[in-house]
Amino acid sequence: MPDLKTEEMVVQMGPQHPATHGVLRLEITTDGEIVKKIDPHIGYLHRCFEKHCEVLNYHQIIPFVDRCDYLAAMNNEHGYVMAVEKLLDIELPPRVEYIRVIMSELNRIASHLVALGTFGLDIGAITPFLFTFRDREKILDLFEMTSGARLLYNYIWIGGVAFDLPNGFVEKCFEFIDYFLPKLKEYDDLLSYNKIFIARTAKVAIIPPAVAIEWGITGPNLRASGVDWDLRRDEPYSIYDKFDWDVIVADGRVGVLGDSWSRYYVRVLEMEQSANIVKQALEGLPSDENVKSAVPRKVKTKEGSVFFRSENPRGELGFYIISDGSDIPHRLKMRSPAFCNLSAISDIGEGLLISDLVALLGSIDIVLGEIDR
Amino acid sequence: MTESLFFIFATMAIVSALTVVVTRNPIYSAVSLVITLFSLAGIFLLLEAYFLAVVQIIIYAGAIMVLFLFVIMLLNPGKEAKFLSLTDPRTLIVTLLSIAFIGMIFSLVSGSVNYIGEVMGSVEELGTTRNIGLTLFTKYLLPFEIASLLLLVALVGAVLMTKRNLR
Amino acid sequence: MLTDIAIIITKIMIVIGGTFTAVAYLILAERKVAGFVQERYGPNRVGIWGLLQPIADGVKTMLKEDITPAKANRIIYHLAPAMVLAPALVTFAVVPFGSGIDAFGRHIAFQIADINIGILFIFAITSIGVYGVVLGGWSSNNKYSLLGGVRSSAQMISYELALGLSVVGILLLTGSLRLNDIVEAQIGMWNVFRQPVAFMIFLVAVFAETNRLPFDLAESEQELIAGYHIEYSGFKYSMFMLGEYSNIITASALIVTLFFGGWTVPFIDVTKLGHLGAFLSVVSFAVKTGFFLFLYLWVRWTLPRFRYDQLMHLGWKILLPLALLNLLFTAAWITYV
Repeated sequence: MPDLKTEEMVVQMGPQHPATHGVLRLEITTDGEIVKKIDPHIGYLHRCFEKHCEVLNYHQIIPFVDRCDYLAAMNNEHGYVMAVEKLLDIELPPRVEYIRVIMSELNRIASHLVALGTFGLDIGAITPFLFTFRDREKILDLFEMTSGARLLYNYIWIGGVAFDLPNGFVEKCFEFIDYFLPKLKEYDDLLSYNKIFIARTAKVAIIPPAVAIEWGITGPNLRASGVDWDLRRDEPYSIYDKFDWDVIVADGRVGVLGDSWSRYYVRVLEMEQSANIVKQALEGLPSDENVKSAVPRKVKTKEGSVFFRSENPRGELGFYIISDGSDIPHRLKMRSPAFCNLSAISDIGEGLLISDLVALLGSIDIVLGEIDR
Repeated sequence: MTESLFFIFATMAIVSALTVVVTRNPIYSAVSLVITLFSLAGIFLLLEAYFLAVVQIIIYAGAIMVLFLFVIMLLNPGKEAKFLSLTDPRTLIVTLLSIAFIGMIFSLVSGSVNYIGEVMGSVEELGTTRNIGLTLFTKYLLPFEIASLLLLVALVGAVLMTKRNLR
Repeated sequence: MLTDIAIIITKIMIVIGGTFTAVAYLILAERKVAGFVQERYGPNRVGIWGLLQPIADGVKTMLKEDITPAKANRIIYHLAPAMVLAPALVTFAVVPFGSGIDAFGRHIAFQIADINIGILFIFAITSIGVYGVVLGGWSSNNKYSLLGGVRSSAQMISYELALGLSVVGILLLTGSLRLNDIVEAQIGMWNVFRQPVAFMIFLVAVFAETNRLPFDLAESEQELIAGYHIEYSGFKYSMFMLGEYSNIITASALIVTLFFGGWTVPFIDVTKLGHLGAFLSVVSFAVKTGFFLFLYLWVRWTLPRFRYDQLMHLGWKILLPLALLNLLFTAAWITYV
């Protein structure tokens, strides 16, 4: 009976949908529960970031950078100020570098915790979300102690940081690392190796390495596809080359390379590495120096342009700055990782079930603030 | 009490059965059919055929009609066409068949003809689970097995039809 | 005659009132257990330990605006919540919740209706509970709710088969469809020890039938937002919730009745102890049911959700053959051993 056909249905997933992690709208054409076509619509959170940058001076841009990827504000600040510092040729006091690395890696852990929790939520496991937020809270406490803010810090400044580490920070941070590392086992028990979770995520929404590179996917998503690439090691910036740590590359141990489970588990292992880096940085932290000694009073740039990229929890965060010599950038372009990662879903997502599409979207770990800018 | 209940169920059955045919919305038809099945189950209950009543609900109302609804919802066929026009040749056939059917019922009610044959045993004995099981697996074993084979064939056929790329 | 009617009405009122109270506090327990599992407090603002929270919730849902979508099919849209709630409440009528007492010169069974096809009655009523979900999902005229309704109809039919077949083994052992007979046959030896495989199948299937995690695909939040009741608000929404939770209670009571000796108390013959025995039997029943209610909550806050094809795979290719094998084995055992 060739004429008996189910109708294709266009479903609007979002902008207010629990699985889109923000205001993303996916216009999906479905045949029953099979996704035939995905049309992502973005821009609901567009705030003219790049245009704003053309009227603000270099210092004032930092809070705006915060608000792009609001789950990894420290990493964003770090990337941006390093780009400006490259433009200005500033030599930094070592303590500043250590503090920045500590903050960035702590924020990487916090960001990955959100990614894990919400991914579990997408698969239907509610409790892991609460567990990861419980642990993230402790990191936010540390940030609050240092910068006074819990989400958007404005802490890392051009040529320094806003405040030196407060008294007792190092001890509390060690305490956190000792508390946190055993918790990773808890996530493994509760979620990572849960049979249903594996059935839902392993071998689902596979991104082969070649496709990942073609679409410009970066960060944990790229390493989940088996590509051994991490800017912190391969294009070392700041002081990452001083520490002993591993780049986590997925081995497809329960499913295949590049499936949703790999993308999830790379993050779990990466948190462990980040915690190790934080530990080493705390141990090697140089004693008191003025953390603001290199902060320029007024940013005086040469004419010219600079591109700098760094490893954000979501991938490669690049800043391209064209300067006309004034204290305001002539043009600032941000290469945001989640935007490139998201762009692959219309290719990867075709032919999946709706449930698998949710698993794909959750495992890519997008932040709409940074996609829409 | 029993008599008035019978009339309630009978009226419900007839009205809902008519709705199945008359209404133009397929979902309403399906829901009306469910109500018909329920009224019939009620009449079975009045005849003390509890097993039959419950099985009627489990199988017809609980499974088959749900599948009907399932298919109707998935295909979403919209409203049915209007009544057949008088010039349509099918109208004539339908009218003739209806008249024959009504005639049969009237002759049955008036008692002039008996199409069914003697009802064996009393209803109370037949209605119990035990007796139905015994009759089904002894006296009517062959028809029962043949029916199950038929259903199996239909099942295999249905599975075959869903496999589109079969050589 | 009058006393009989009075007794029946009292029993109905006790069971309905009991179910509603239990549902209200089950919802509170759900939130408390969730809080416990997730290392937080759960509701604790209304009354001590949040004990008045169900009342607050009830008042809240009744005061909320009752929205009907503009293009909904009004008749079916309004009927659907009732179609979920009514069967959920009716099923408990045949579940014996105690051994019964002798009073007013007669034996009063702790059960509303002691019909001889009790177990079939329960299956019949639960099988029509799906209509509310399916029609509610369809009549809302929302794509997500339609998908939820379609999913749940297929799911419920699939798991009913395994559910029914898993019980047949017990029926063979007992030789009766009456729930009280099944309970009395378990004095001394619970069915769970005689039919462990059937118990596992029944437990899984009953979780699927009640649309609970890991089988809550009909309302899976991350895929279908809320599934079939996405457009419902106010009291109609809470009727869906009431129906869902009373189904959970009935399901737990059924597990206890079929596999864990119902109201019997281990090592004590409660039927010989008079009123004390009757009291003990009710307590025993309540405690066992309470344990399975807790299991329901525990599972919900621990496991992720299945995917739809995995759910169908489990139902048709694992549970159903297993139930058939179990049935074959039981029948052979009874015939030849």
